[in-house]
Amino acid sequence: MDPLILSRIQFGANISFHILFPAITIALGWVLLFFKLRYNATGDSAWMRAYFTWVKVFALSFAMGVVSGVTMSFQFGTNWPGYMEKVGNIAGPLLAYEILTAFFLEAAFLGIMLFGFRRVSNRIHTLATVLVAGGTTVSAFWIIVLNSWMQTPAGFEMRDGVAHAVDWWAIVFNPSMPYRLVHMLLASGLTVSFLIAGLSALRYLYGDRSESMWKALRTGVFTAAILIPIQIFAGDQHGLNTLEHQPQKIAAMEANWNTGPNVPLVLFALPDEAARENKFELAIPDGASLILRHSSSGVVPGLNDYPGNHPPVFPVFWGFRIMVGTGILMLIVSWSAAYFLKRHHSLPKPLALLMVPMALSGWLATLAGWYTTEIGRQPWLVTGVLKTADAVGPVAGSNVALTLAVYLVLYVLLLLAYLGVLVHLALKAAKDGDASPLPGVMNAALSQPAAGE
Amino acid sequence: MTYDWPTLLPLIFAGLMGLAILIYVILDGFDLGIGILFAAAEDAEQDTMIAAIGPFWDANETWLVLAVGLLLVAFPLAHGTILTALYIPVFLLLLGLILRGVAFDFRAKVPAGKKHRWNRIFLIGSVIASLAQGYMLGVYVLGLDVGFGGMAFGALVALCLAAAYAAMGAAWLIYKTEGELQKKAVRWLRTALVLAALGMAAVSLATPFASPRIFDKWFVWPEMLYLSPLPILSVLLFAWLWRQTFHLPKPDDRGALTPFLTLAAIFALGFAGLAWSFYPFVVPDRLTIWQAASAPESLAIILAGTVVVLPIIIFYSFYAYRVFGGKATDLTYD
Repeated sequence: MDPLILSRIQFGANISFHILFPAITIALGWVLLFFKLRYNATGDSAWMRAYFTWVKVFALSFAMGVVSGVTMSFQFGTNWPGYMEKVGNIAGPLLAYEILTAFFLEAAFLGIMLFGFRRVSNRIHTLATVLVAGGTTVSAFWIIVLNSWMQTPAGFEMRDGVAHAVDWWAIVFNPSMPYRLVHMLLASGLTVSFLIAGLSALRYLYGDRSESMWKALRTGVFTAAILIPIQIFAGDQHGLNTLEHQPQKIAAMEANWNTGPNVPLVLFALPDEAARENKFELAIPDGASLILRHSSSGVVPGLNDYPGNHPPVFPVFWGFRIMVGTGILMLIVSWSAAYFLKRHHSLPKPLALLMVPMALSGWLATLAGWYTTEIGRQPWLVTGVLKTADAVGPVAGSNVALTLAVYLVLYVLLLLAYLGVLVHLALKAAKDGDASPLPGVMNAALSQPAAGE
Repeated sequence: MTYDWPTLLPLIFAGLMGLAILIYVILDGFDLGIGILFAAAEDAEQDTMIAAIGPFWDANETWLVLAVGLLLVAFPLAHGTILTALYIPVFLLLLGLILRGVAFDFRAKVPAGKKHRWNRIFLIGSVIASLAQGYMLGVYVLGLDVGFGGMAFGALVALCLAAAYAAMGAAWLIYKTEGELQKKAVRWLRTALVLAALGMAAVSLATPFASPRIFDKWFVWPEMLYLSPLPILSVLLFAWLWRQTFHLPKPDDRGALTPFLTLAAIFALGFAGLAWSFYPFVVPDRLTIWQAASAPESLAIILAGTVVVLPIIIFYSFYAYRVFGGKATDLTYD
């Protein structure tokens, strides 16, 4: 097979696997800090139980993120040497700052956060939690900066076919960066709140009514209910930003073949690129014009303006619809759960049953969104600067195919093991309830305030 | 040679990258070594062994990301050339690191019956990662384009490095454990030292024949004289450490950290020798560090961040090691 398409699939597989875990750790760090601060403020040991259940999920997710992140740092060289040759002067410093400021902060203080509860003072332990949460977020910042620069490059000039930085401020705060950063941080928050809500709902279904379950459940449901409308607004703003800077991506997302006014909002279709039309189309008249231009006669860009230079329509169109559809489902589920928790202090069983698979809804929406934006950048690797096809390395297709196959098998197995452990941890917590021993009050010399002291 | 920024910056980054690799090899060396020693340990001992490295391994592995990251950002041309040439060994290294890294966490969280499986995955991952690193080093030394003889040389270096890592792991266990396991670690150290010494001797003998370029760098007067402390000191340290293994552990646990520090010094000496063999090339015989470097203004931006952050990293690494100092007990989240 063609090394280009194999390398793309391999990079896509690696980064898709990788993003699952940062999507959890970025926000889970802050949730853990919240549990910790509530415990510090109230002395209620249920908060600490919630902390200790979820810190295990954090540790496991972090380990998965580290090992798949190491893979990413090698992939640039093994499969895409043309990328660094062309834009290394800009991508290099951004990646370096990502590693320097963030990765180390997380990795070094993670040890204290995970295993230091009895070894350092409560204040240092809280500080370590802050630094780990901050580190994951700063790490996300730099990576989003680089990704956004690839989407909407700015602040550079080409000399002898190589990009050179001219204005670092313009590079970092490139046009799409603020929108993408907010969208991704909110996505992480939603991923974690639905994960916590879903696994707590599982505990609820198993009859667990312990204080730590309620605290985790409420935290998950209410956070989700607050974040989802903000995310819908932020996503809309991000879309308008894309319309301004990458209209060909919008044309593909809407499967709009011809530029013009009164463009309908396509709800369902099978876009056919060869015939340049939508099969089985179901659409709302003028919908896209209204959403994107706030007027039914607003002109929406079409794919006919970018012959041979626009992204593949089918995956971008569907990636976007899966993301939006999942978002709407998240809105319905989190608001109804919040209503029942607020009004009746209980969950109806069907809703709890629905919340369990919804634990992974954040992953689905995040992946679908990333596929939309990354495939939507094609055929460019760096918009207007470097085509993906020109960056691929001289590695034999058979080598890429072999390693790809092993990666895929490994990732599926690891994912199954990971989900198995999450369910196992939830069920164990459900069984123990409020009777589980608290590490901080077990034995040995305590530097921590124990419950009731 | 003039000392202006375009000349100095690649030199500084080569030094930083070398430092990151050396720290990685020493720190993750003992993690991987303990993984290799899993083969000889019993179930109960394995928990203590994991506890001896649990709080550190994340940060240790991050030094590899820094080293590869510096190669990527400071010498992008070399990053591409080296990693495409080493495609399959790099893949095996990553496979090993993934298995090893996730096994750390899975073994502690799965139901008791499945723990055994993850212990075995931890061992396999550590062995694969160590061998792959050694093989890559061997092939890199020979200049990347290798035939069958070069692959054999790579395999030899792989075994040597795995033995050296096992010695590091044993030395770390002497520091972090007590009682029966500590005594066992002393015996492991002795065996691993013999294997590592044999391997190093073989590699040292083979290198000049395998690479005339390196031979020319070492065996010319007067460089030979200036360089002679490197091999002589290494041999002396090896011999001294070997003698020490008959006296450890000492009463009151005196000098429990000495074997580890001695091995770290041997690694540093060997590393200095390697650095001398390559300078000024980053891809042997093909790209010098100046040819492969990024634009000076980009390097300056990275350097500005590095000089602020690196001392902080080193400072809090020491702090973390101090917090988790002393003998390892059962590792729990507290």
